[in-house]
Amino acid sequence: MDLTYTEEERDFRARLRTWLGKTLPELPAKPSPDDWPGRRAYDLGWQRRLYDAGYAGLHWPVDAGGRGATPTQHLIFLEETERAGAPYVGANFVGLLHAGPTIAAEGTAGQRARWLPPVLRGDEVWCQGFSEPDAGSDLASLRTRAVRDGDDYVITGSKIWTSHAEVADWCELLVRTDPAAAKHRGISWLAMPMDAPGVTIRPLRTLAGSTEFAEVFLDEVRVPVANRVGAENDGWRVTMVTLSFERGTAFVGEVVACRRTLAELARTARANGRWDDPVLRRKLGRLYGEFGALWRLTQWNVSESERSGGVPGTGGSVFKLAYSHARQELYDTAAEVLGAGSLSLDEEWVLDRLSSLSYTIAAGTSQIQRNIVAERILGLPKGR
Amino acid sequence: MDFQLTRDQRDLRAGVRDLLAGRFGREALRAAVDSGTAVDRGLWRELGAAGFFALRLPEAEGGVGLGLPEAVLVFEEAGRALLPGPLVATHLAAGVVPGAAAGTAVVTALDLGERGGPLVSYLAEADAVLGAPLLPSGEPVRSADPLTPLHRVAGDLRGDVSEHRDAGALLTAALQLGSALRTVELAVRYAGEREQFGQPIGAFQAVKHLCAGMLVRAEVARTAVYAAAVTADPGEIAAAKLLADGAAVRGARDCLQVYGGMGFTWEADVHLHLKRAWVRAEQWVTAAEAEERLAAELLAADPAEADPAAGGLSRIAADADAP
Repeated sequence: MDLTYTEEERDFRARLRTWLGKTLPELPAKPSPDDWPGRRAYDLGWQRRLYDAGYAGLHWPVDAGGRGATPTQHLIFLEETERAGAPYVGANFVGLLHAGPTIAAEGTAGQRARWLPPVLRGDEVWCQGFSEPDAGSDLASLRTRAVRDGDDYVITGSKIWTSHAEVADWCELLVRTDPAAAKHRGISWLAMPMDAPGVTIRPLRTLAGSTEFAEVFLDEVRVPVANRVGAENDGWRVTMVTLSFERGTAFVGEVVACRRTLAELARTARANGRWDDPVLRRKLGRLYGEFGALWRLTQWNVSESERSGGVPGTGGSVFKLAYSHARQELYDTAAEVLGAGSLSLDEEWVLDRLSSLSYTIAAGTSQIQRNIVAERILGLPKGR
Repeated sequence: MDFQLTRDQRDLRAGVRDLLAGRFGREALRAAVDSGTAVDRGLWRELGAAGFFALRLPEAEGGVGLGLPEAVLVFEEAGRALLPGPLVATHLAAGVVPGAAAGTAVVTALDLGERGGPLVSYLAEADAVLGAPLLPSGEPVRSADPLTPLHRVAGDLRGDVSEHRDAGALLTAALQLGSALRTVELAVRYAGEREQFGQPIGAFQAVKHLCAGMLVRAEVARTAVYAAAVTADPGEIAAAKLLADGAAVRGARDCLQVYGGMGFTWEADVHLHLKRAWVRAEQWVTAAEAEERLAAELLAADPAEADPAAGGLSRIAADADAP
């Protein structure tokens, strides 16, 4: 058990820190949360800077255009960018963390050449067309149909909770290509252009007031068969590759952010006298301990995946369960510190508090994560 | 950074697990409970011969010359087996109290809480009290844990254990961790065997989710304990104790719930894990003390100085980064 970083890793951190210190002051002002074209431009601009500096697709394999960095270097990258206050991956999330790695792992040479470079360069944005109104946690029951017609699939159905749909160029779409097959079996993974005829996008307003995601309606949309990644009806397996990435390192930066928030809260509590309340003070102390442990758990999981050749393990479910609940508790405690001040939406963290309610739902609800932990890690029997 | 067990560490853990399975398996545990034998002197000497107590003593002083990470792995196994006796105190006394390292002496400590008349565990079995000049006398108290006899000691008994508090808390956290992981195993095994409504109860989400919650708490505690063993940072040790106490106590309670009526009987081992976890939660550093210590660290962590190379908020991560 070794927590010291190698000289190479320390060099990497130092160079990155220098680059961040030079680059961040040059960034334009952040657009407002609902200015989607502005956000797209901002996020792609950041991606382009990363690309030019050689930090794009750090954890992607070299033959996919990435840097082939070790999981530890990726961890350092996420830690340092968060610490420096660099922009969040934002609209590039699906491209960099879901669709890109999936195409890198499962796509043909031609598919990789077509789709991967624009993600890394910051030219194209991807969104994720997985969930449906009747297929969220039970993703395998999705019903959007794709019927083969010559060299095209003709797609009809709808998708929901599609983040960044309004400004996306591509959608990683799961469709049912064999309605007669068992529900996990008849699914395929397609890259769908968002400007294809028959695609309609209706933004959904979240409880935080933002229009972060949307409903996407598909009415006889034609997508070339050549856009299918992986074999026909093999989309479920292809998708599992994607999801394991989602649960691996997606929250690294946020743990760093939570620890900073907590320190700010302690200072605020000290200033407004709430620190003298031992119940509240102890709660803050406990959270500090928990987020410290979650950081260690992240390092543990990263070290484990490094030993296993970069494959994220099931530890991601354990982490996500613990983290999502701790984060929500953090904001509840923050509200205790701030009292009525916590009712003002002018406070940025109040919006964060509202957003944090999605953490126990998105990327597999806590209930589904517990099933995964119970069945895949503990080996308990599947329910009927 | 390679925050995983080395081959030697895995071998050490496996070796201790085998030793304890052979020498203190379930039958031995139940026999000890039935006879009320909290400390078996023969077993104590065998543990001493195996290096359990001398693990961190330098080889030049007859010890094994290993460090806190290895000690934590060994104590995790002892916690898993519910091995009774003042293991932590005797380990801490190695090299200080004659016979402790070899397991020929049994050493306890004044490690139970800070308030009120001090309760001392294993006093009647002990040859010495760590940090105290004399072996005091005391009145026996009916202990909640059948294998942790307690005595109430009259008068102002103050042995100074402050220099041992961090190591004592960490090793106790390791015992808690072992117990927490063991109760996950017990619950999962029972949930897979016990049938109700025509299927194993482990197929029901309500039961599954109890088990998953137990594992999540234990895994978070595990990394906290291992990391604290590597850094020996007092704040991380406090967090490790806090989280391991929670994982052990809540884990045992949830395990009892999975066992249902059987869990409420003396026959199942669950109550033994729960009662021992309660004792350990009061030893060295309590939850209240740990939370206060962490709160003080948090306050010292000025977010305006969030440079990882500096102290404060980022220190936990930065420590490991330091050359």
